[in-house]
Amino acid sequence: MNKKEYKKLVDKYTPKEDKLKNALISFIVGGLIGLIGEFFIEILIKCYSFEREIASIWLCLTLILFGSLSTALSFFDDWVSKIKMGLILPTTGFSHSITSAALDYKKDGVISLGSNFFKLAGSVILYGIISAFFLSLLGVIIYG
Amino acid sequence: MTLVYAFLVSGFFCLISQIVLDNFKITPGHATALFTVVGSILSFFGIYEKLIKLSGAGATVLISNFGHMLYQGAMEGYKNEGALGLFTGMLSKSSAAITSAIIFAFVLSLIFKPKD
Repeated sequence: MNKKEYKKLVDKYTPKEDKLKNALISFIVGGLIGLIGEFFIEILIKCYSFEREIASIWLCLTLILFGSLSTALSFFDDWVSKIKMGLILPTTGFSHSITSAALDYKKDGVISLGSNFFKLAGSVILYGIISAFFLSLLGVIIYG
Repeated sequence: MTLVYAFLVSGFFCLISQIVLDNFKITPGHATALFTVVGSILSFFGIYEKLIKLSGAGATVLISNFGHMLYQGAMEGYKNEGALGLFTGMLSKSSAAITSAIIFAFVLSLIFKPKD
């Protein structure tokens, strides 16, 4: 059996993911998170007379707590395997990546927990800050 | 009406990220970093501000909002303090997200045990 035949055989038995279904599910779940978030913000504004910016910080905190808690209770991974990016792209994914790293490296001791804490979320913070810094330099030059 | 736009905008971003994830060889971690960068680029062109006005939480629940807040914080810092403000203002708006994520993750990891 040469390499090509082998590759064909592997392709035949690799379970195919239904891309359309994945995309549709993540659209609906991601949309629902946005919808519930907006609903939450409007309740805070109307019933408790919060300002919009403050209310969206509270929403952010709530989503992060939700993501961390569901990761700690080990629901999140099961949901992600079904829903995929619909749950990871909202802020819940950010807190999930930090919490899961913290849980995984806890047993190796305090130092290991500290050095691996940002193992997954580090790229978000690093590339976010790098891109924002150079874009703001550019913005300063262009917009003044 | 904002509710409908919130559904559409956040759903649309998740749809795009799922398509990118399925068709290119990247992990979800790469995709979130990519969308943070996309958020700051959209913020640079002033598009993200319009998306937030249009859809409210539809745009603010996404990780792209993190990139948007970093860029806006840096620009606001520049307006208030000049060149030094780029450094002091960068994290000013997104501080809530980072700090709360660290605190919740640390406290919860002390309480709960990982699934085997």
